[in-house]
Amino acid sequence: MPIITSSKSKISYDVIVVGSGAAGSQTAYTLTMGGAKVLMLEAGRDYDPVKETPMFQTNAQAPLAASNTPDKHFGFHDATVDGGWRVPNEPYYVKRAGQSGWQEGTDWIAPGSNQNWMWWRSRMLGGRTNHWGRISLRMGPYDFKPRSRDGLGLDWPINYSDLAPYYDKVELLIGVYGSNEGMENTPDSSPGTLLEPPKPHAHELYSKKMCASLGIPFMPIHRAVLSVKQDHVNAPAKLHPGNERAQKIIAKHMQLRAACFWATPCGRGCSTRANYQSTTVHLPPALETGNLDIVPNAMVREVTTNGAGKATGIIYIDKISGQEVSAKGRIIVLAASGCESARILLNSQSKLFPNGLGNSSGKVGRYLMDTVGASVSGQIPALENLPPHNTDGAGTHYYAPWWLYKEQLAGKLNFARGYHIEPGGGRDMPGMGIAEDVAKITGGGYGKKFKEDMRRYYGSFVNYDGRGEMIPNENSYCEIDPERKDKWGIPVLRFHFQWSDHEINQAAHMHKTFKDMIGAMGGRVTSVVETDGRKAIYPPGAIIHEVGTTCIGADPKNSVLNLWCQAWDVNNLYVTDGGPFVSNADKNPTLSIMALAWRSADHMLDELKKGNI
Amino acid sequence: MNLESGKLDRREAIRMVFAAAATISVLNQQSFGATPLPAQPYGTDALLRKDYKPGDFWPLTLSDEQKVTTRALADLILPEDDTSVAASKVGVVDFIDEWISAPYELQQTDRKRVLDGLRWLEAESRKRFLKTFADLNRTDQSSIADDICNLGSARSEFKIPAEFFAAFRNLTAGGYYATQKGWKDIGYVGNVVLFQFPGPPRTVLEKLGLEKN
Ligand SMILES: Cc1cc2nc3c(=O)[nH]c(=O)nc-3n(C[C@H](O)[C@H](O)[C@H](O)COP(=O)(O)OP(=O)(O)OC[C@H]3O[C@@H](n4cnc5c(N)ncnc54)[C@H](O)[C@@H]3O)c2cc1C
Ligand code: SF4
Repeated sequence: MPIITSSKSKISYDVIVVGSGAAGSQTAYTLTMGGAKVLMLEAGRDYDPVKETPMFQTNAQAPLAASNTPDKHFGFHDATVDGGWRVPNEPYYVKRAGQSGWQEGTDWIAPGSNQNWMWWRSRMLGGRTNHWGRISLRMGPYDFKPRSRDGLGLDWPINYSDLAPYYDKVELLIGVYGSNEGMENTPDSSPGTLLEPPKPHAHELYSKKMCASLGIPFMPIHRAVLSVKQDHVNAPAKLHPGNERAQKIIAKHMQLRAACFWATPCGRGCSTRANYQSTTVHLPPALETGNLDIVPNAMVREVTTNGAGKATGIIYIDKISGQEVSAKGRIIVLAASGCESARILLNSQSKLFPNGLGNSSGKVGRYLMDTVGASVSGQIPALENLPPHNTDGAGTHYYAPWWLYKEQLAGKLNFARGYHIEPGGGRDMPGMGIAEDVAKITGGGYGKKFKEDMRRYYGSFVNYDGRGEMIPNENSYCEIDPERKDKWGIPVLRFHFQWSDHEINQAAHMHKTFKDMIGAMGGRVTSVVETDGRKAIYPPGAIIHEVGTTCIGADPKNSVLNLWCQAWDVNNLYVTDGGPFVSNADKNPTLSIMALAWRSADHMLDELKKGNI
Repeated sequence: MNLESGKLDRREAIRMVFAAAATISVLNQQSFGATPLPAQPYGTDALLRKDYKPGDFWPLTLSDEQKVTTRALADLILPEDDTSVAASKVGVVDFIDEWISAPYELQQTDRKRVLDGLRWLEAESRKRFLKTFADLNRTDQSSIADDICNLGSARSEFKIPAEFFAAFRNLTAGGYYATQKGWKDIGYVGNVVLFQFPGPPRTVLEKLGLEKN
């Protein structure tokens, strides 16, 4: 299988794809299934989830009961290699509240790490998709035209209807469970696309019942997990009409993927291929086409161009040998995650492109966005002493989509965009915080009474997480640091970031809502409820929905990419990660990244066929 | 330190890290001056599919005497009862030793707190009863524990020992309920293969007044 070293790569490819996460892998999948020869360059190491995933390891088998450390920010067993809030050898620079000058980004919990941007990265084949939360929500019609709707932010140059067929395809390919509820701006999928959603957990049902009086609608969430096996008979023809070879390959791989067995934490990855990560879903069939070569440990520095202003290839550093290597391709696709792709463009300077490639608009790096996050925890007496029952498997089953569109449009709220609610709770594998939670209720104690308390309160804690839309603004962007470089001599990024009042007020609204919900359930709040949104909101970047920085638009003067995610300035250069986003709806972005990438890759195949590139 | 990868859900992780971040600057001041360990961290790419034991990554700390005190206190916090065994029976002493020996900042903070706390406990025990803590009967052990087991209501002269006790209780419970015996005790019945997610059983739905879904 062609996971190769740089010395084994061919002289030239149809397409070079930088990055192997959701974006790069969807792009490479579509291209190789369509017959194009693709070279994928990935800065991280090769990673095989089938061999490496610690599926049934218990916390007791890991150092420090698997709790988080500066080496593994989300715990020992988490499927993140050489990554986290800090990546070895790859610094980035931020501003810190109360301090002057640029500072290196550190761990979140490092002393005073009051950063204006938290940048989570992962350096492994598959990128962040090995870990991600797998929540897969479609953006709705409003989300593509927010400026037309309320005068704020930016419109996309496409409509929901342009992307809807690609949402169907991606959902069908990766496998997403959920249901169609016909809710406002929360699109239904085509019939036969979604997999049956799992039954809700007790705390989710109880939330639904008790919060109905507040008007909060709970319904099945959509997650990229195979609740049942995929329909390998009918799905392949819908995915690849007229392409028999592709149908055969994907039918085989659909059969090789097991259904979820509701036991192991998805964040460690899934060796039976029951959830979506690019390393189990996109890359195996793409490799099977014979059209894909993957070079891991390839740290891309820049896109090369010729005198005619066309992209010709890539220069990367082979991290193993330290050598500079160049690769040639007819099309170059950047899919290294929004900010990294912007970094590569800004570092690709030449006489023709003195401000970086594709940057004649000056917009590369601009409109950096994350999702607004805030949460409140509580304890619910009704959930105490429940009969032991199994709540494992595939995380959240229910959520509440944004429910106040009308009130908002009527100007009744002091923020312009919505949020959804992800409920947490249940009888999970006990972790290190378990006694601290109980001590919040009982004051502490010890002995037989303490043991009884532990049994009584286990499973009675809930938390509500808000995930809200951020509106792009002029003060939030990344740029190249003029002095500092990483270990491979590549200039690094530094970040500027500001929330607007819309995000701040939204976070305060979340806190109030969650407090009311816990009250409606007869519970007590166990965390601090803030009325000041600035205290409620998580730090920028913390929700790890990094989008923006290579904006898509209808006008080359103020956007980097056209409606195909193709650079205005260089027609054989595309960006298919979160970079193109010009709005960041409350819907977690990855499903939309993949739908856009598929659409964009279809366009590349078309242009290659027509000889336009 | 509150994170567990068990149910590693980013949402949960973020919530807890956020909570930890709020207290860390205070913790750091208190840990200032604690002697760092020569231990190496396990790095950003450790082998995950492996069964590790305390001492595999870094040398352990506790002396035999300290272990005796640790065992006595852990078993006072989680004693044997009708349902399950005492803390020391499932390796909690070694777990605490591993924890306070780890080269990371949070653990180093706990290291100072635990080592100082164990010293205080022995001194207090001798002062009150002229015996080591482990040699005291339950009543006498409890008379010390009662003064420090509730951080919120502990008298001011016991504030620092109460912080120790709270941290020690967190470690004891964290280690205990991470084990299969601990799971059984608390009623965690997951980590087993199911063909379908069954949803909450009827008994649970009835108790919550929810009709069968
Ligand atoms: C803990 C967590 C939970 C999440 N939960 C959700 C969720 O529930 N729902 C959701 O929609 N999203 C979620 N996300 C976000 C999701 O992971 C990302 O949106 C998604 O992975 C983006 O795909 P990508 O391909 O753009 O980036 P990545 O997956 O990060 O892949 C980029 C790849 O490019 C490589 N790369 C970077 N720079 C270079 C370079 N210079 N040269 C070569 N290669 C390079 C990287 O090593 C990486 O492998 C979550 C993220 C995290 C971390
Ligand atoms: S819960 Fe299901 S999808 Fe998630 S890792 Fe376990 S088996 Fe895989």
